[in-house]
Order: sequence, then structure tokens, then C-alpha cells
Amino acid sequence: MKIISAVAASVLTFFFWMAVADAETIKVGVVLPYSGPNADLGNQIDKAFDLYIKLHAKDLGDNKIELVKRDEGPASGANARTVVTELITNDKVKLLAGFVFSPGAIAAAPLATQAKIPMLIANAGTAWITTLSPFIVRFSFSMWDPAYPMGTYAATKLGCKTAAAGFTDFPPGQDSALAFKTAFEKAGGKVIDEVRMGSPGPVPDFTPFFQRVKDEHPDCFYVFVPSGSHAGGVMKTYGDIGMRQAGIRLIGPMDLIPDYQLAQMSDAAIGLVVVSSYADDYDTPINKDFVKEWHAAYGPNSYPDFESAAGMDTMAGIFYVINKLQSNLDDGAKVVDALKGWKHDGPRGLIEIDPQTRDVIQDERAEEVIKKPDGKLGVKVLETFPQVKDECKVLKIGRCGS
Amino acid sequence: MPPVVNTIISILFDGLAWAMFLFIISVGLSITMGLMGVVNLAHGAFAMAGGYLVVTATASWGVPFLASLIIALIVVGIVSVLFERTLYRQLYDASELHQVLLTIGLAFMAIATYTYFYGPLPQAIRVPYYLSGELHLGARSFPTYRVFLIGVGAALIAALWYGFERTNIGARIRAAVDNRRMAQSVGIDVDRLFTITFAVGSGLAGLSGGLAIQLLGLTPSFAIIYLVFFLLVVAVGGSGSIWGTLAGALVLGVSDTAGKYLFADAGSFFIYAVAVLILLIRPAGLYGRE
Repeated sequence: MKIISAVAASVLTFFFWMAVADAETIKVGVVLPYSGPNADLGNQIDKAFDLYIKLHAKDLGDNKIELVKRDEGPASGANARTVVTELITNDKVKLLAGFVFSPGAIAAAPLATQAKIPMLIANAGTAWITTLSPFIVRFSFSMWDPAYPMGTYAATKLGCKTAAAGFTDFPPGQDSALAFKTAFEKAGGKVIDEVRMGSPGPVPDFTPFFQRVKDEHPDCFYVFVPSGSHAGGVMKTYGDIGMRQAGIRLIGPMDLIPDYQLAQMSDAAIGLVVVSSYADDYDTPINKDFVKEWHAAYGPNSYPDFESAAGMDTMAGIFYVINKLQSNLDDGAKVVDALKGWKHDGPRGLIEIDPQTRDVIQDERAEEVIKKPDGKLGVKVLETFPQVKDECKVLKIGRCGS
Repeated sequence: MPPVVNTIISILFDGLAWAMFLFIISVGLSITMGLMGVVNLAHGAFAMAGGYLVVTATASWGVPFLASLIIALIVVGIVSVLFERTLYRQLYDASELHQVLLTIGLAFMAIATYTYFYGPLPQAIRVPYYLSGELHLGARSFPTYRVFLIGVGAALIAALWYGFERTNIGARIRAAVDNRRMAQSVGIDVDRLFTITFAVGSGLAGLSGGLAIQLLGLTPSFAIIYLVFFLLVVAVGGSGSIWGTLAGALVLGVSDTAGKYLFADAGSFFIYAVAVLILLIRPAGLYGRE
């Protein structure tokens, strides 16, 4: 009898515990641009978040995750502070995730520190953002991750002696150009002109900027734009004013060929070399599966890109930390600690959160745009740079040193 | 060719192409503003509608690019009459605040509608091979699409000049812009004139929306983000005049290009500085009447 009642009691306790656990719903505040000329960038991450939750909901057991989505608004970051304040004070979220634009992330960083709410960055790449708050963890990339190897690669492998750098005039653009210049000149090249190419909002007409560079005749033209429709504009202008025929090679970070834009680009893109952390064409089982699930969920004409891959890894990190801390995310510092040193095999390959900098470590790949046998544009990997750390923090340049 | 000459040719050519685009997109706005005093902030929405029509026509219906541009011109022109007859005519005697509220509201509704049907992603088209790449003219080569833009702009200027200066209806429009009450009292049906100019202006906006895809890309926010350019052209040129719009477009197009080319760091600011300077000297615009 004693045994039976003990068993009954423990079963009852178990069910009681289950019932309590059942009530756990983790609220995550998602901050992405849902409106305006850059809504496509938010859309790529939003779809990745939803897809990860759909595919992995069972991993949380009886716990649930609830995304509270708010509009990050324009690239200037003017809206970010307002919505993050709302998410923290009204919606009482446990985590903040998203942040496409560096200005938005920079504006929100002090709020994360004040409220001790972890801020998980799925895109914004200005290198020194992670130094702004101990509650920031970045899953995407630093601008230096692709730009620095690109500088070395351009000087040593592509044979460029001179280069011009054109960039959208806001923090990640300045950062990307600085990273490229640092590495390119260290490897013996010379940057002959740095061209600020307007603001990150609506796509500017790139022709005057590109014409200027064409007339200066560098060997390589390094370009950073905030991906999306800007990337389409860059490729059109490059093709239209005949820069390739003039012998000027276009290079840049992956922002020049987000996969969903690459599908629409003309043959002018063939031969373009970028350094990137992700492409749909990466031949790993995890990535093949990811692309397949994406098409199944969003149709054959929707393509995941580097932002989506970072979005998947961000959500994987959130799932990891929910399980690791058994849904108790009240202590933001513990959440950040749990993510330090976290390793994950995602669509981009193996990534790790650097315990010192809270920034991601990942493989970068030099890749060339090619025409695939099926007639579509794709990429061919030329060289892999394994487990790249943010060189800006390694070299302690400018605000990365603090 | 000496580098300086090369630079000047680059700036003039790109500036001219940009100016032609600004002219095509703004001329309708300028005339309707001069004729009825209606500030149509939804003008960009008509341009966007034309752009999406071209995307759908070329991608889904298999219509050639040039034909789809003409479809955009005609369809947007006709549809705009519906809006004019139902909504805009309420505004003729309304205050400027009411005009601005209704038309900006229409622009936002258009953004939401197109986001719903087409999504927020940028749309692109493939222009035919004879419009892509470069055209070699003597020692220089020029982007073919921009040469095409300049050609379309020149053809439109000729057509508008003829329609405005040489036809009966053009004379009536000029009369109504000069003095609406006088024109009405000599028996000109200004309401009907307005419908016609509104349709032509919106149709041209639709055409320019189609032309813009290759130049600027197309997203639902097109309706609002380039509005400041059209308004600048109209303000600098002076409303109600084709030649004013042309002058405004040329001045702003060339100075914008020159500013970006020569002073890239401050380039995006240049166009506003020029506009402010001109308006300080001539507050009613280059061809405006006090």
C-alpha cells in the first residue's frame, strides 16, 4: 500500500509539475522592418523565424514561444527605440531579436543594458555594436567578417593593385569600406577613392557614383550596399555603364547578391566575386534540407538568403537557451552566459558565439557568380576561410577596441 | 579624349537622362496643379501602378516591354479618370489641407494595396536585349537604356509641345491655366479640360513608373519615397507650364548628377541646395507667375 501511495503521489506530483510547466510561454520581441522601402530585408528574417519555429516547435516540449513582432521602421533607426521600449515595458518580453539595421541596433543597445534584456542580433553588422551593451549577442556577422578577407583576397588572388570603395553612407557602410581598405592596403594594394553613395532608404540612381569610379579606372571596385533592392540597382548600373568591359572588377560582401535578388539579376552579375557566409547553393545536407523546407513553406519563387540563414541560427540559439535554462529567462545575464561558447551546425555551417566578444565566429567563403547548368545564376565556392573572428576587435580598431 | 572633357560628357549625359525621367514623371503633376490648384500627392501612386502593370504584363502575360509601357500609359490614364470623377472633383474648391490629406491618404492606401497583392519585395523586369548594354557613339559608349530614356523624353516633349501650342484643346488649357474664371466665362468647360489633363498626366506617370523599374527598382513604397523629387521639379519649374517643368527637370537632373559625381560626400544634399537657391531668387519657380 505504501508503495502504491508513494507511486500515486509521485505521479500526481509529476502531473502537477507538467501542468505548471505547460503554462510557460516565452515572449520574444521581434524588431524588424515590416514597412517602407527596406521591408524586404525584414521579410527574409521574419520568414526564417517562423520557419524555424514551425519545424522545431516540438523541441521545446510543452513550452511555447510567442513572437511579438514590431516594426523597426526606416534604416535611420528612428523607430527602433520606441518599439523596443514598448516591447520591454508593455509587452514584458524576455528576449529581443532581429535588428536589420545598425542604426536601429545602436539606438536600442542602451535600453537592453538598462532593462537587462538580452538583445539577439540577426543582421545589423557594424563591428562595434557588440561593445555597446553586455546584453548583446550577435548571430549574424560583423561587417569585417566578409570585408577583411575580401581585401586580402582581392590583392593576392584577384591581382588587383588599385581599388575604389563605394558604400552606402551609414555606419555599416563606413565599417565595411574601412575593413576592406585595412586588409587590402596591408596586402600591398592601394585604395584610390572612397565614394559615399547616398543613404540606405530608397535606392539611389548609382550611375553618377559608378561613372566617377569608371573614369578613375581602378582594378577592383569594392561595393557595399544594404542588400535587397539596392543590390539589384548596383548590378544594373554595373552592367549598363559597361564597367566590366572597361576592365573594372566588381567585388564586395554577400550583400551584393542576396539569393532572392540573384534570381532576378541579369548576366552582368556573372564573374562577380564576393566573400560571403551563406548561399543557397552550399552543398551541405543541413543547407539542402533548409532550402527545401523554405520552398515548401513559401513557394518556389521565394529564396532564403544570408539574412534568413542568420535568422535560423538566431532562433536556434533562442531555442537552445530556453531549454538550457528550463524556460527561466528572467535573468538576462544568465541568458547571455548560456549563449557564450554556444556551437551550432546551421545552414551556414558550423558557427560559435565567441565567449569574449559575444560575436559570431563562422566560415567565410570567397565565391564567384556563375551560370548554372539549369540556366539560373548561382555561386561557385573558390576558397574557404575557416572560423573567421571579427578582425576589428582582434586588431582593436577605433570603437572596436573599447 | 582629355579626362576633363570625359567627365563633363559623363555628367551631361547622365544628368540629361535623369532629367528626362524627372520631366516625364512630373509634367502631369505640374499641369494639373497649375490648372486646378489641386496638390496631388497621390501622383507617385499612379506611377507605381504603371510600374506594377508593366511587371505583370511582361512577366505574367508575356507582353513585350515596349508594348507594356504603352499599356501602362493608357490603362493608368483611363483608371485615373475614375478617381478624378469620384474623388478629386470634390477637392476643387476645398482647402489645401483637405487636398493634401485626401491625396496622401490615397498614396498610403495604394502602398497597402500593392503590398497586399505583390508583397514588399522589390520587383524587377528584364528589359529586351536591344535596350541593355552599351551603345557606342564615336569615342564614347553610353548605356543604351539611358539613350532610350532621352529618346522617349524628347519624343514626349515634341508631342506635348504640339498638343499644347498647336491644337485647340491645348490653347484652351493654356487659357484656363492663365485665368480660370475668364476661361469659364467665355464658355470653356474647365472641368472637362481638367479630366483630360488629369488623365494624360496620370498616364504619363504610369509610363514613367514602367520606365523607372530599370532605373530605381520597384517596391510598394515607390508611391511616396520619390515624391519629393517630383514636387521639387514642380516647385523649381513653376506649376502649370511644360517649359517650366522641363527647365526644372534639367536644372535639378544635371545638378544632382554633377553633385554626386564631383562631391560624392555631400552629393545627396546638392539637389536641395540648388532648389533652395533658385526658390530664393524666384519664389514662384523658373517659369512661375506671381
